[in-house]
Formats: sequence, C-alpha cells, structure tokens
Amino acid sequence: MSTRFFGAPVKRNEDRKLLTGQALFVDDVELPGLLHVAFLRSQVAHARLKHIDISRARKRPGVVAVYIAEDYGAYWQPGPLLVQPPPIPGSTFNPRTQVPLARDKVRYVGEPLAVVVAESRYLAEDALDDIDVELEPLPAVVDMEEALTTASARVHDDLGSNVAAHVHQVKGDYRKAAANAQIILKRRFRYEHGISSPIETRGVVAHWNERGQQMTIWDTTQAPVFIRNGLAAMLGLGERQVRVIAPFVGGGFGPKIMMFYPEEVALPWISMRLNRPVKWIEDRLEHFVATTHERGQIHDAEIAVAADGRILGVKDVFLHDTGAYNPYGLTVPINSQCTLLGPYVIPAYDSTFTAVFTNLPIVTPYRGAGRQHGVFVIERLLDLAARELNIDRAEIRRRNLIPQDAFPYNNEIIFQDFAPLSYDSGNYEPVLAKALDAIGYQRFLTEEQPKVREEGRCVGIGIACYVEGTGIGPYEGAKVQVQANGKVNVATGIGTQGQGHFTSFAQIVADHLGVDPADVDIVTGDTDQFYWGAGTFASRGAVVAGNAVSEASAAVRRKALKLASDAFECAEEDLVLADGKVSIAGIPGKFIRLGELAQRANPMRGAVKPGTEPGLESTQYFGPPSGATANGVHAAIVEIDPLTFELKVLKYVVVHDCGTVINPMILEGQIHGGVAQGIGNAFFEKLAFDDQGQLLNASLADYLLPTALDVPRMELDHTVTPSPLNPLGIKGAGEAGAIPVGAVFAQAIEDALQLTSRKVELLEIPLSPSRLFELTRQEVP
Amino acid sequence: MQPDHHEIELTVNGTHYRRTVESRLLLCDFLRHELGLAGTHVGCEHGVCGACTILLDGDPVRSCLMLAVQANGHTLATVEGLAPAGGELHPLQQAMHAHHGLQCGYCTPGILMTMTAYLTEHPSPSEDEVREALSGNLCRCTGYQNIVDAMMDAAARMREAP
Ligand code: FES
Ligand code: FES
Repeated sequence: MSTRFFGAPVKRNEDRKLLTGQALFVDDVELPGLLHVAFLRSQVAHARLKHIDISRARKRPGVVAVYIAEDYGAYWQPGPLLVQPPPIPGSTFNPRTQVPLARDKVRYVGEPLAVVVAESRYLAEDALDDIDVELEPLPAVVDMEEALTTASARVHDDLGSNVAAHVHQVKGDYRKAAANAQIILKRRFRYEHGISSPIETRGVVAHWNERGQQMTIWDTTQAPVFIRNGLAAMLGLGERQVRVIAPFVGGGFGPKIMMFYPEEVALPWISMRLNRPVKWIEDRLEHFVATTHERGQIHDAEIAVAADGRILGVKDVFLHDTGAYNPYGLTVPINSQCTLLGPYVIPAYDSTFTAVFTNLPIVTPYRGAGRQHGVFVIERLLDLAARELNIDRAEIRRRNLIPQDAFPYNNEIIFQDFAPLSYDSGNYEPVLAKALDAIGYQRFLTEEQPKVREEGRCVGIGIACYVEGTGIGPYEGAKVQVQANGKVNVATGIGTQGQGHFTSFAQIVADHLGVDPADVDIVTGDTDQFYWGAGTFASRGAVVAGNAVSEASAAVRRKALKLASDAFECAEEDLVLADGKVSIAGIPGKFIRLGELAQRANPMRGAVKPGTEPGLESTQYFGPPSGATANGVHAAIVEIDPLTFELKVLKYVVVHDCGTVINPMILEGQIHGGVAQGIGNAFFEKLAFDDQGQLLNASLADYLLPTALDVPRMELDHTVTPSPLNPLGIKGAGEAGAIPVGAVFAQAIEDALQLTSRKVELLEIPLSPSRLFELTRQEVP
Repeated sequence: MQPDHHEIELTVNGTHYRRTVESRLLLCDFLRHELGLAGTHVGCEHGVCGACTILLDGDPVRSCLMLAVQANGHTLATVEGLAPAGGELHPLQQAMHAHHGLQCGYCTPGILMTMTAYLTEHPSPSEDEVREALSGNLCRCTGYQNIVDAMMDAAARMREAP
C-alpha cells in the first residue's frame, strides 16, 4: 500500500454538512405524529418512595400517557453490569446497577420517578407539576469517609455497608523498599474530576412501526451495537427488528457510552405501547444530574525514594466515589490505580482502593477515566521528593523513566482490560527532552524567572509525564465495498462524536484502493449498516476500527487485482491501482475502473468459479491482544496574580507519542480539546454538592466551562514509536491531552507563588482562585 | 389555562413566513421544529453556550432567550443562509474547514453566526479581540485554537473579497 494519504493532514469529509447546518443530530429527527417525553426527577438525594399520584397529570389536555415504575411490569429490570471486575484475587465487588424508574427508594437527586408523554415537550413539562410524590427522607450519604462509618445511612439497604468494591494490587515488596529508602514522603491528595458536559446533551427518539414490526432508535450513544442488542432483548424483539442509529453526535467524552440510561429504556417501550414515535431531549439542567459524572478520589499515598532520586516504591490507599450505582464496574478506579505507575520504574507498588456508594449521580468514565487522579498523585509525590532531595524536578523524572530497552515492560498488576498492565513499546527520554527544550526549561529557571521575579511578578513552570493505556479490545469490524459508481462505502460499528473518523478511515481506504479520500463514504453508528462492534471509548476508535478498515481494504484490493488480472489475462504484479482504476503498468490507456470491476464482481449471467464471493467488498475484524500504551509530557509556564489569583498561561507545550499517526491535523485537534478539558478540570470544574446531596452549580452559568479566553495557544510536538500490537502501529490519543494538566498546573502555581518557602503544598484539584486564596492563607504545621 | 396564540410574520434567510404560535414558544424551538431550520443548535437553553446564536436584523442574539413572538416583524439569518445550497461556502465556513475549527460541529453554527456579525464590524481584529468575541460561545471539543486561527484567516479572506 502506498501512503499518499496516511499520515497527511487531510481536511475532513464531514465538515461541509456540519458547517451548513445540514448534519442530522438526534434532536433534528422529526416524524409524523411525534410525541414528546419529560421525566419527573427526584428532588431529594435519599428517600423512601411512599406514593406517586399521577391521576391529575393524566387528565391534563395534551397529555397522552403517564407512567411510573409499576406500569413497566416485568420490563422493570436493573440495568446490566457493563464491565465485569477484572479477576484480581481477594477483591470485593458489590454490583448495584441503575433502575429504569425509582420504585421503592430514590438514591440521588435527578433519579427519574415518572414519565410524561404529551403532544409537545412544553405540555409534558407542565404535567410534571401535576404529579404528587410522597417521600420519606433518609439521611443523604455524601461524604466518602463518613459513608464508611457504621453510623452512616446505607445507599443500598441490602448491603452491610456502602462499600461498592475493595481491591488490593501489589507489585514487589513495598515494606522492603521502604526500609531501604533515604526518604519516605506521605501526603493526602484530593482530585475532583467533573462532568463531561458535551455541548449537545443526550437524547433519544424511538419509532415502533407496528405494521413492519420494526423498531428504529436514534440515540446519542457511543455504542450503538450494544444498545441494539440490549434493547432487543429487553423488548422481546429479535436483533434484526431493532435498528439503532447514532447519527452526528455533539461530543461524548465518555458518559454517552453509559447504558442503559433510564431514558433509553423508557422511550422504545413507550413507542411500542402507544404505537407512536416519541422523542426525549435532555435539557442542560437535567444533564447535570441525569448524565453520569466522574468526580473525586482521596488518596493517602507515600513514596520511598533513594538518595539519588530513584523511586524504590509507592504505597497508596484511596477512596473512590462511585455514586448511587456502579454499572461500569471498576474501570475508573482501576485506571487510577494502574496509571499512577506512569512512565517510571517503580519496583514496589502496594495499592488499595475502596469504591464507595454515595447518594450522588452515577460515576462512569469521562475522558481520562480516572487516569488523571493517579497521574496527579505520582507527579506530586515526585515534586515533593525532588524538593526534599534537592534534585531538579525534570531531572528526578528523567532518572526514573523506563529505559528504551526495557520494552515490553510488564507492570505485573491487572489493567481494566483484564490483561496484566504491560507497556507494548515506548521511548520516553526523547519525549521529555523535547518538552524541556520546547518550553525552554533551563533558560526559564536560570534567566527568565529570576528576572521577572525581580519585577515582582509571580511566574512559574510545571512539567509532568504520563502514560495512557489506549486502544483496548475486544474488537471492531469494518465492511469496505466498492460501488458501481466507483465510490467506496465503508461501514463500521463504532459511533463517532467528532473524532474525524469519516476522514481518517477514508485515508486508510484511499491508500489501499487508489482512490481519493473524498470518494470514500464512511458510515458509523448505524446497526443496520454494520452489525457487530463494541463502541467508541478508551481512545480505541482509530486503533481498533482503523485496523479493521485497513484489513478490509487490503482484501478488497486483492480482489480488485485478481478480477483485473483475469480480465486482462495478465499477472497481478503488472497491474497498478490508482486514480480509481486498475491499469497495466506501462500501458496507461489500458485500464478498468473500480466501479466496473464492482459490477463484474456481481455477474448477472454465466458461471462463477467455486469459492467466489460476489461483490467487490470485504468485511474484516480486528482485535488487539491488549492495549497500546501511549505516553507524553506536558509543560507550562504560568503567571499568577498574587492578590486575585487570576492565572495566565504564558506557554503550554505538549510532546507526545501515540505511535503512527493517520491524520496529524485531527490528532492535534484531539490534543487541543483534551488540554482544554484538562484546564477546566484544573481550575474551575467542581461539581459542588451540599451535605444533602444537592448539586449547587447545575447550570453553565455556575459550572464554568473554559472559554476562548481561558485556553492558551498550545505548542505541539511528537515522536513516533509504533505499537507492535497492531499492523498500522497506532496508539490511541483521545484522552492524552486531558490527563496531566492538573499536575502541571499545581506544580507551576506552587513555583510561581513560591509556596514552598511558605510551607504551602497544593495537593488537590481543582485549584480555583478562591480555593487558592483559602489554601495560601492556611497555616501548615 | 388556555394557551394564547399569536400570528407572527418574519423573514428568515430571505424567505417570508407567517405562522401562528403559542406565546411561550422559544424562538429556537420555532426555528428548529416549526420552520425545520435545525442547523441552529440548542446547548443550554439559558443563554450561556451560544450554540443557538442567530442574527436578528444583523445582530447576533441567542434564540433560546427570545420568544418566537418577539421576532415578529424582524429579519433573521441562520446558518442555513450562510452559503447557497450546494454552492460555495462563506469565507468563514471555508476557513473553519481549512483550519479544522470544528470537531463534533455542534457549537459551529452558533460560532459562525456570532463571528460573521463580528468580522463584518471588525474587519481587522487582533487575536486577543477574536478570543474576546468568541468567549460567549462554548466549544467542548476544539480547545478554540483552531477556531481562532480560522477567524484570523477568515478576516483576511473577507478583507480581500470585494
Ligand atoms: S442554547 Fe442558547 S445560549 Fe445555549
Ligand atoms: S466542535 Fe464540538 S462543541 Fe465545538
């Protein structure tokens, strides 16, 4: 295969539709007879549900139906456990999954209690006010540490405590390591991650066609195939009777892969019952409580370090807030546990976590998916050790990097994909060196910083390293088909939420088949177009589906050459596939167009040879043995106003290695967006709950997302260490931008304000101006 | 309560419409679901995200903060009117494509409408001014850098155009 397009910054195929307002998003689906749905949600975090009276709501003009849990009958089932816990010996795991409508208890503010179906959304919302709910309030479980005391109320009555999971993983012998250490440093870290808050909220449209016995569902999901399979089973339909379409989706970042949200369960059932199409679009207020969060962890971590700065061991005990239910198993805390090890040689690791049920919305992965929590802990520990041992912050990192000849590097503990945490490939030192160079590390510390400090300005530098397990299995598939008009159609089972799959996959096909990427139509997220797949998560779309697309394209290429060689009665080696046609080398006038070959591959008369598959098409699947590990370094220079704590990012550098790159333009966009979300996470984005479990900042006016004024210009660079785990050598990149930002900023702000001399340590995220004000005024013992 | 209805007349993207609407109907819902102009997106319904931005007599407004009845007698422009169907894209659209200024594209119509108005009034903005002008439109995907670059480029393209 030539690589004319692979690796080039090809402009996106999908842009025109999006730029002209012609792209179809879920809320754009209009159907004759469409009804609208609104959900009545619990206003309290924890209560016994005594009675719901829907009689008044049912009578309101324009209301077609009102349902509560009892109406669901046998359809009322707790959701599936999406991710089984990895087989870690000695673990405890108490799965409690979300229910489609609360029945005897409510467990978080926002949990749905009743559904109203009406002629318009306006009328449906009017009718919510007509529903009378009788609740018996229970004490809300909000604080993770209190939740674990015997005096605490229990989120799930049938469990003896609020422990959702308890997992202990060990590598080496931490006790021995600590005994040999020059210093041991122990701190408590708090890391809050927020809500992904895509600009498009969630939505579902369901359309049951009684005559055709067909269900069509438009859903803002990242995993259409699983939605289809699950809903078909629940509705008692065959999978062939259900078509799930994830059309253009306005950003996902993780929570749109959660399933089944109560709304996803309700809409198809309602449509079947009423034999009418129904629509529900989440409003922004609902989004804050009805879509999953990520939120916080508390780590009590210690590091044992030799005199030369080498890490001997790390011990960590942490609490993870999983919310009211834990359908996503252990994914987030396992990611924290594993990613803490970073790009460093850590011979001994002793890590225990307890996942805690609280009366707060459900926690599932959001871009980074727990990785930033772990990265923050190890990076801050290294900063503390560097200071204690009087070693430069960059140097202590360099000394601990896994050397290039140590790959594949086995970290021994078990990762979220059930495989031992093993890094497939990497070359870490050049990445660090490039980042130091790009940010001007030495010059800043020796020349610039002393100068600006003399002017009374508070300017500091931060640098942090990370690895990211990406591109995990199980598998994805793709069907590549040349059509009679010469255009190539590709279908895959993943959904797409802005990652540019319409273009990057087209580039792969274009190189194999000698066509222009603009002549390749990609269909993602339509289960009628492609039957199997897992979904877009864990930075895996490009890696796993990309390789399937490549293998299917290669198979089609072989078919095309075979057909052409038969037609021309010449050897395949003498053929050239380019510009949408197969020609004989040296005789440019003698060619067959791909479209014509496609027609010939489906003859109307005559006989075909045994074993011939019709059509110029191929379906191939790809499943990597385990995830590919990407890595990177972020560095920043910041200035902070010592009175207002307003922060200005003077320079931001990202150097990363995500293997071979399909489209550098799209990749850079992914990094930019990740850093922007990291900045929101580092500074503003805290879901603020009161002790009753009420979210106090449930609007975009109160929960601040970064604007164009908050996100600095970023300088990007990269190195390429191909992954040996897939033929294209790709590693995922979707989350890399977001992961180390908090660690970088905490370090840079400490440096800027010279907090060490004041004995103030920044051991938490987010660090909003008001929080910095409080922290810098605290006396540290 | 009997919903009260009003007859309104308005022009959107050069087409004249006369419709009867309920007084509480939001302008964004009217455009999207009554007129079928679904390119205008709704991200928050409380005036913060800017996704629903349209032009009202040439000025950018948030269509989620207006009622359809308030648009009576006015001239509106939405993203669908920026480029003729199948025709050449507006310089702003071209620049967004060239600079990869959109990922999921959900925020894009609001950004295009905000910035066409801005660049018409400020043909030679600085990067800081562009960021300020953009700061009322949230984008969760791009980190803004490519949008800013697209806007600087679009400004140049628009200055050159006759
Ligand atoms: S939808 Fe109007 S500003 Fe967000
Ligand atoms: S491109 Fe997705 S919100 Fe802006």
